[in-house]
Amino acid sequence: MTALRAEGVFKVFGRRPNEAVRRLRDGASREDVAGLGTAAVIDTTFEVTPGEIFVVMGLSGSGKSTLIRMLNGLVRPTAGSIILGEHDLAKVSAAELRDIRRKRVSMVFQHFALLPHRSVLDNAAFPLEISGVDKAERRRRAAEALGMVGLDGWEDSLPSQLSGGMRQRVGLARALAADTDVLLMDEAFSALDPLIRSEMQEQLLELQQTLGKTIIFITHDLNEAMHLGDRIAMMRDGRIVQIGTSEQILTEPADEYVATFVADVDRTRVLTAGSVMVRPKAVVFAAAGPHVALRQMRDEQVSAAYVVDRNRKLLGVVRDQDISAAVRLGPVALVDLTRDEVSAVSTDALLAELFAPAAETPLPVPVIDARGRLVGVIPRVTLLDAMTPTTAEVAVVDPATDPSDAYPIAVGPDLDTELDDLRLTTTGDPR
Amino acid sequence: MTYAASTEPLYRLPLGDWVDTAIATITSTFDGFFDGVKTVLLGGYDGLALVFTGPPVWIVALVLVGLAFWTKGWKLAVGALVGFAVIVGVDQWENAMATLALVIVAGAIALMIAIPLGILAARNDRLSGALRPVLDFMQTMPAFVYLIPTVVIFLTGAVPGIVATIVFALAPGVRFTELGIRGVDSEVVEAGQAFGATPGRILRQIQIPLALPTIMAGINQVIMLSLSMAVISGLAGAEGLGRDVVAALARVDVALGFEAGLGVVILAMYLDRMTSALADRAPVSRALKLAAV
Repeated sequence: MTALRAEGVFKVFGRRPNEAVRRLRDGASREDVAGLGTAAVIDTTFEVTPGEIFVVMGLSGSGKSTLIRMLNGLVRPTAGSIILGEHDLAKVSAAELRDIRRKRVSMVFQHFALLPHRSVLDNAAFPLEISGVDKAERRRRAAEALGMVGLDGWEDSLPSQLSGGMRQRVGLARALAADTDVLLMDEAFSALDPLIRSEMQEQLLELQQTLGKTIIFITHDLNEAMHLGDRIAMMRDGRIVQIGTSEQILTEPADEYVATFVADVDRTRVLTAGSVMVRPKAVVFAAAGPHVALRQMRDEQVSAAYVVDRNRKLLGVVRDQDISAAVRLGPVALVDLTRDEVSAVSTDALLAELFAPAAETPLPVPVIDARGRLVGVIPRVTLLDAMTPTTAEVAVVDPATDPSDAYPIAVGPDLDTELDDLRLTTTGDPR
Repeated sequence: MTYAASTEPLYRLPLGDWVDTAIATITSTFDGFFDGVKTVLLGGYDGLALVFTGPPVWIVALVLVGLAFWTKGWKLAVGALVGFAVIVGVDQWENAMATLALVIVAGAIALMIAIPLGILAARNDRLSGALRPVLDFMQTMPAFVYLIPTVVIFLTGAVPGIVATIVFALAPGVRFTELGIRGVDSEVVEAGQAFGATPGRILRQIQIPLALPTIMAGINQVIMLSLSMAVISGLAGAEGLGRDVVAALARVDVALGFEAGLGVVILAMYLDRMTSALADRAPVSRALKLAAV
């Protein structure tokens, strides 16, 4: 099912747009057709599924603003079709277009676009006024929308009396009051301070959980795109170069451009534990004895192992020195030696949330699924590795040549196991 | 001397003769139309002049002072009271009221033409381009030149003055309206469109309210130009301050010239403060001022 579909959409501004489209279809570049017009959007095809946040990400001049304006007919495509429900926005009449805008698709603007002489309530009620909803009803629904964005009590204020973040909340409430399935957000948070911006992002995600709108969000901020987007379309020079989830774009960039772009992203806020975890090496079933556990640790050259039950549910961790001490005193069950102090993380935890658990213990951080089963572990090396972009060269600082450098940038991949080896030797063989 | 040759120009464009012929043709062809225009304008002017000069001076003055108090406050009201007292004191009240009537009739008609024209020009680049040289012409042609054809068409009196004033004062009304509408934040207009508003609603509820401060500045300009032209209309025999100014000029009567001129200054200040005060009362201006507090 699709909420909105764009097929082979072109937009060329200028004197001879159709000729430009023909040449672009024949493989001409944006520069080749510059004499015929400005090709803002070139051969763009994508689908948006109901209830998803679809982010279009691109720098200025990439055509993203033109693209979003074609999705509600503010700009008519030169070629191609935009299917919204049963309508093709490229073909509808002006009256039909107005009807679609009233019922199907609303918009939030970068600079809020509020009416300065109208109260906050009347601004939020504006779309309903346009649709011909009677006064009492539209004021009630507008007040409800203002409540959703946390602006209760500000109904009678004027927009100029509000801060930027609050004004954009009015813009959001206005779009929500229209109660359309599709919500277009054109750089909606770009004009806000960073702190207010992330606050608004959280609020949008929160609202989206209950409302389940289809949101098409335009931004030039990749971190924002990755944070909000269920899927992201990367735009460059009028074309969509890649569509995918933030993890796909981060880990499998379609081309050099996307790769250099994502190099700066705070990967710890995009990648999840599930995407970087590795297969746990030392895992013992609780039913197995202490000796089995010890042998397994020795085989894997580690000093501790995770203990799981029959369903692979994580029970805790067991250490070699505990086992060796206990078996000297007599037979003992593995469960009694298991410590439950490990802090496991879920598969969808962001890497940023993993630093604290990783710092608490020298062991790899265990990753569990929704049912508490151990599905993988994240050693510290993996965590550090995942933060480095795939394309970037890893700089290696040799401590010998630069003794003043107390923090080598790169660590050897075997550091963890080396430490574990050390511990194994000091503990000695229990038998 | 070689200057003798200058009496015979290299060539002579008979532009003036053509305009003269054109005006004569227009006058004879559209005689009935001009008669109609004359009746309407004269009716409006005479009616308004009667309202201003009919009742006792103090009643009219108090109403005007009251209007000043309502639009701006007591400072303007006191200023207006002192100004009107001076006008009465130099025996120019009747003249001032005749001029005021002429300004209001001409200014109102100029605005009725200028504002719709400005709105159309804001929506149509071609019309805007075509209007620009015409407006330049109207604004820069020496003002009293307009009086000549209007006197030919309407003879002497208030009507040629009103018509010349309308033509002369039209341009800033069109310009400011177009500027105001074009200057409305395009995102706000897009918002109207994005929520499915019709072009008419966008004009009424978004473009005009947001452009109102600029349009009001245009109205102020139209009124001020109307006043300056109304004085020049004295040359065509229109009643009012202008006629005394012209008479003083002809007789080199410094005293009369100063008294009538002072009447013009006071009237100009009153009209200027009133119209700018109205601009400040536009909803958008008030909303923005609230934010500054």
